[in-house]
Amino acid sequence: MEPQTSQTITVTVNGETYEREVEARRLLIHFIRDDLDLTGSHVGCDTGNCGACSVIYNGQLVKSCMLLAVQADGARIETVEGLAPEDGKLHALQQSFSDHHALQCGYCTPGMLMSAKALLDANPSASEEEIRKGLQGNICRCTGYWNIIDAVKAVAR
Amino acid sequence: MLLREVEYVRPSSLDEALRLLAADDGARPLAGGQTLLNVMKARAAAPDVLVDLNAIEELKGIDLAPNGTLTIGAMTTYTELLEAAETKARPILGEVAATIADVQVRNRGTIGGNVCSNDPTNHLPPLMVALGAEMVIAGADAERTVKAEDFFLGVYLTAAGPGEVLTKIRIPAGRSDGFAAVTIGADGTCIVNAAASLNGEARVAIGCVAAVPVLIRPGGRDADAVRDAVRGADLDPPSDVHASGEYRRHLAEVVAARAIEQASARS
Repeated sequence: MEPQTSQTITVTVNGETYEREVEARRLLIHFIRDDLDLTGSHVGCDTGNCGACSVIYNGQLVKSCMLLAVQADGARIETVEGLAPEDGKLHALQQSFSDHHALQCGYCTPGMLMSAKALLDANPSASEEEIRKGLQGNICRCTGYWNIIDAVKAVAR
Repeated sequence: MLLREVEYVRPSSLDEALRLLAADDGARPLAGGQTLLNVMKARAAAPDVLVDLNAIEELKGIDLAPNGTLTIGAMTTYTELLEAAETKARPILGEVAATIADVQVRNRGTIGGNVCSNDPTNHLPPLMVALGAEMVIAGADAERTVKAEDFFLGVYLTAAGPGEVLTKIRIPAGRSDGFAAVTIGADGTCIVNAAASLNGEARVAIGCVAAVPVLIRPGGRDADAVRDAVRGADLDPPSDVHASGEYRRHLAEVVAARAIEQASARS
């Protein structure tokens, strides 16, 4: 194996498998948004601080602006587009965010939802403190966080 | 953000990684990438080749020997550090790992990346120095072991030089440890931090006050003795938007005393 400036990768996103050639310098978030046209995941700060690009990568929550797309060869990725079932209903977390007015402008919401999903997948009965710690990597400039915590609490058992 | 053009390779063995690193002066190892990719975005680093260490099994895993020595693979993530059964033998490791950044960063960031980047505000360099850790470095020809206090050489500079890879960190047995920091927000970047260990001699390592952690061996184990020792070290910390040098010097005494207090409570 020798270093290359681009390579062909195979990635499974929300159950669908994609094969694409990508440049080594391409960040995973840009691959997801621009190459796969899954624009639910957002670019907020592009410096690893805001969490708007959070996706679940091989079962673990990551910020997709701090991975290269080539690193994701063979990976399983979940993005916000994969949350809702196909029957037109919302995922329990999405419904709860709506019910609790847990978003205003909505820019951070895809990342918040994926962080909340990763947290509840691992710990379905997360306490308020665990929810706060679990959402620590996601910044919201509208809500002041209270309604987001309430929305996740309502889904936690 | 668009990075400068770079070549990428993901070897599956350490030997292959060392060969690739030796083959190009512009080749750099990529660990968790939670620092490196961001400095590449800012063009503060511009490697020509990234040698991704994520597929190298021999750099992963945690071993607890019967005598209590922990051997931690350099590619162990913060999340693995805080969840692994083995690291409960030295509880401070998981406790500090849990306060680094956030879930996402802890899932990707590694112990090896943290110490090798040697940002003066990182948590783990002073912790490694206080615990008396040993760093195992592999090069093209040989493997060598360097004490943590000799490993950190300057800002972003360690004893693991070009063409070398930190493979594992050995941490001796012990439980009487402490860590304290003043941070920018909860679990944010450290303004000053300190780690203390009271297993055998008293060791306190202070971070964020110089290019490398400052190791202090206080005469006594009480807070006053530690404060005296910190004052005696004539620290000359940098000033920035978060704290003046004078305030950092004050905080160094405070966090050192807090860290030793926590360590004492566990003696």
